[in-house]
Amino acid sequence: MYKIISKRFLTPIICLMEVDAPRMAKAAKPGQFLIVRAHEKGERIPLTICDYDSEKGTVTIVTQIVGASSRQICHLNEGDSFVDFVGPLGLPSEFVHMSDDEIKGKKIIFIAGGLGTAPVYPQVKYLHSRGVSVDVIIGAKNKDMIIFENEMRAICNNLYICTDDGSAGRKGLVTEQLKELLDGIEAGTVNNGVKYDQAVAIGPMIMMKFVSITAKPYGLPLIVSLNTLMVDGTGMCGACRVSIGGKTKFACVDGPEFDAYLVDFNEAMRRQGMYKNIETEADHKCNIGLDQK
Amino acid sequence: MRNKIPRVPVREQDPAVRAKNFEEVSYGYDQSEAMLEASRCLGCKKPSCVPACPVSIQIPQFIYAVETGNIEEAARIISKDSSLPAVCGRVCPQESQCEGACILGVKGEPVSIGKLERFVADWSRERGVKFTEKAEPNGKKVAIVGSGPAGLACATDLARMGYDVTVFEVLHEAGGVLQYGIPEFRLPKESVVKYEIDNVRALGVKIETNIVVGRTVTIDTLMDKEGFSAVFIGSGAGLPKFMGIPGENLNGVVSANEFLTRNNLMRAYDPSYDTPIYVGKRVAVVGGGNVAMDAARSALRLGADVTVVYRRTEKELPARVEEVHHAKQEGIVFRMLTNPVEVLGDERGWVTGLKCLKMELGEPDQSGRRSPVPIPDSHFDIDTDVVIMSLGTSPNPLISSTTPGLEINKWNCLVADDDGATSRPGIFAGGDAVTGAATVILAMGAGRKAAAAIDKYLTNN
Ligand SMILES: Cc1cc2nc3c(=O)[nH]c(=O)nc-3n(C[C@H](O)[C@H](O)[C@H](O)COP(=O)(O)OP(=O)(O)OC[C@H]3O[C@@H](n4cnc5c(N)ncnc54)[C@H](O)[C@@H]3O)c2cc1C
Ligand SMILES: Cc1cc2nc3c(=O)[nH]c(=O)nc-3n(C[C@H](O)[C@H](O)[C@H](O)COP(=O)(O)OP(=O)(O)OC[C@H]3O[C@@H](n4cnc5c(N)ncnc54)[C@H](O)[C@@H]3O)c2cc1C
Ligand code: SF4
Ligand code: SF4
Ligand code: FES
Repeated sequence: MYKIISKRFLTPIICLMEVDAPRMAKAAKPGQFLIVRAHEKGERIPLTICDYDSEKGTVTIVTQIVGASSRQICHLNEGDSFVDFVGPLGLPSEFVHMSDDEIKGKKIIFIAGGLGTAPVYPQVKYLHSRGVSVDVIIGAKNKDMIIFENEMRAICNNLYICTDDGSAGRKGLVTEQLKELLDGIEAGTVNNGVKYDQAVAIGPMIMMKFVSITAKPYGLPLIVSLNTLMVDGTGMCGACRVSIGGKTKFACVDGPEFDAYLVDFNEAMRRQGMYKNIETEADHKCNIGLDQK
Repeated sequence: MRNKIPRVPVREQDPAVRAKNFEEVSYGYDQSEAMLEASRCLGCKKPSCVPACPVSIQIPQFIYAVETGNIEEAARIISKDSSLPAVCGRVCPQESQCEGACILGVKGEPVSIGKLERFVADWSRERGVKFTEKAEPNGKKVAIVGSGPAGLACATDLARMGYDVTVFEVLHEAGGVLQYGIPEFRLPKESVVKYEIDNVRALGVKIETNIVVGRTVTIDTLMDKEGFSAVFIGSGAGLPKFMGIPGENLNGVVSANEFLTRNNLMRAYDPSYDTPIYVGKRVAVVGGGNVAMDAARSALRLGADVTVVYRRTEKELPARVEEVHHAKQEGIVFRMLTNPVEVLGDERGWVTGLKCLKMELGEPDQSGRRSPVPIPDSHFDIDTDVVIMSLGTSPNPLISSTTPGLEINKWNCLVADDDGATSRPGIFAGGDAVTGAATVILAMGAGRKAAAAIDKYLTNN
């Protein structure tokens, strides 16, 4: 059993939990994920490892309620336990393997959409600890849906915030902000014209698709983290398969991070919706049932 | 004459009824049926059945004990060589192993060795008979990667010899394919699989689930930092193959592993569990092995009309004869000499059919099997909502890629000698991880051999 050491809601539908998992805390690296089960009859749900403390032996997860299983997770409380908590899974981000020489002086921009801010945070934190200069764009529906703003501000160079309704930062989409920055750099009016070496976008599939369309004309290398459906997370089932440059890859073992320009986003989005109808029924059932708090 | 008694048939659930439930198909023998069947065995002095069993169970001895009504003694004899008799009695391909070699099979029908083994195991379970004798602890620690038949057999033998054994398993339940692959109606999970695994635990074996060896902890960390003096890798061959044909990533195309894992490990057939499964109205299963039969028969039980598509003829079907027979009885349609060339879909990206080519058998290839050759312009479509790809599996490269110096071959199988020794001292391997997808009992045999080799290695080092 994996005990929840602390829990707090970051927004009404996003909750952060610190979970006791000493082995995983020691082994985790930025970019990796884990699989959790909330109870004996529950689904195996993939979540990004958002932080880890090898000394305390804890791993932090941030879950957004989108359906039945993520709701069950968020309804567990401090002191409760997950029945299963396995990881780290997937490959670490590429820069983990870079030597200090390679990584020194690199300039990286992260584009985080909604909940995607949570998985971006450990990467920025890691790069910050290795002296890399990082800019971050956070996009959210509104002011109340922004997470990790202060934490991020403390470790990144420039933080740009966009909201759909303009209740915080600029009104508009992350892609508009990105385009403006990239144009400014080309014109020499932003960042003294210094180009980014790398961009990383994490968020809803649709956002990653449009970031990729936006960034491509600028020749900016872009990595995305694909949140496909998963069952085992170990390469055993193929539920997570995605087309990367026309080849089938398993997101759980070959990813979850891939070169955005090789991803077939339309296929990935369609495959993600595979159980939508079935899941809606399940949701419906538990909305009228006792499960609802 | 003993061998004049006809083979005692086993009672089975009615095909029309069982096609709608996940309860076990075969009821097994009761004691009087078992004693009668046991009386057919000639008790050969040089039994040809024993060498044909990969774990060399003392077959005539246990059968004699059954014949004389001494079932507990029979159980004791089996337990010396097998820790999973209720499993093997159910799923071993007996017709090509022990029973295939039984002398009675030359002129008539072989002794039902598997059914007798199952009877003994079920009898013991119902009465709580266990054999947990073991040597004094010797203080040496051995790690086992994977809790499938190979890992469990290795763990059992080592624990009996007095080793301190820990099994690391990545899934949330132990058992490997027994848990996630073979369906409930062939191998009940609670009563059989869990029970036999609990017996392994009763020997003092620790099973740590939710550990990805290679990621949560590496083999080198286990050996250098956690005090394990030897490691046995029984990580199986779980990586599914796909055909590489157009349309294979449409919604509704799944691997047999995914379909079976959702249904077995995650219990999707039981509405009180959360994991969904999509079956549609019509299911086409591509392939002809045991795995294909299990997927097909599971889909049928979930309410679909099921067609098995195979590119050779029925004679070449790699699945066990009994499974094919059961599948047909239950109403599964077999389309032989048929090879899919494309999965067809609608504008929303969901499967609507399978475009196939008719095949004929050509000249024998190197393996001596006549290989299928497409008949030109023989395209036709099979209407279907779901396609289950059951084309075989290969070992997952996760462990080999995170353990420096561990040799693999071009199929990603770990290279190990007859005793399971790998290219790295102290690291042994066996089962599907070494051979590629094979059988439960071969995996157990490999686990046992490796246990003996590990004991020798640790005694000498
Ligand atoms: C590598 C990886 C990392 C992830 N990290 C996080 C994380 O840190 N925090 C977090 O809250 N979620 C994360 N997810 C997504 C999370 O797994 C899903 O939100 C969850 O499985 C949904 O389950 P549910 O039963 O609550 O919703 P469901 O009822 O299954 O689905 C509700 C809706 O969400 C969609 N959906 C289902 N599964 C996914 C998915 N995997 N990704 C996106 N949408 C999905 C469905 O199509 C449906 O519209 C991650 C997924 C992956 C693969
Ligand atoms: C659907 C199906 C039906 C079958 N039917 C039959 C049958 O009727 N008769 C028969 O004899 N055989 C049958 N087989 C084949 C048989 O099940 C296998 O040959 C046998 O299970 C192999 O045993 P194993 O111990 O080598 O591997 P597995 O049973 O595959 O066990 C390996 C275990 O290792 C775990 N693992 C893998 N990687 C790691 C890691 N990195 N860290 C930790 N754990 C890990 C896996 O999760 C798994 O639990 C069938 C197979 C399938 C898939
Ligand atoms: S273990 Fe399998 S091969 Fe050996 S006797 Fe039993 S059924 Fe036959
Ligand atoms: S070969 Fe057949 S008859 Fe002879 S001992 Fe074995 S089971 Fe009995
Ligand atoms: S989730 Fe099963 S193979 Fe990736």
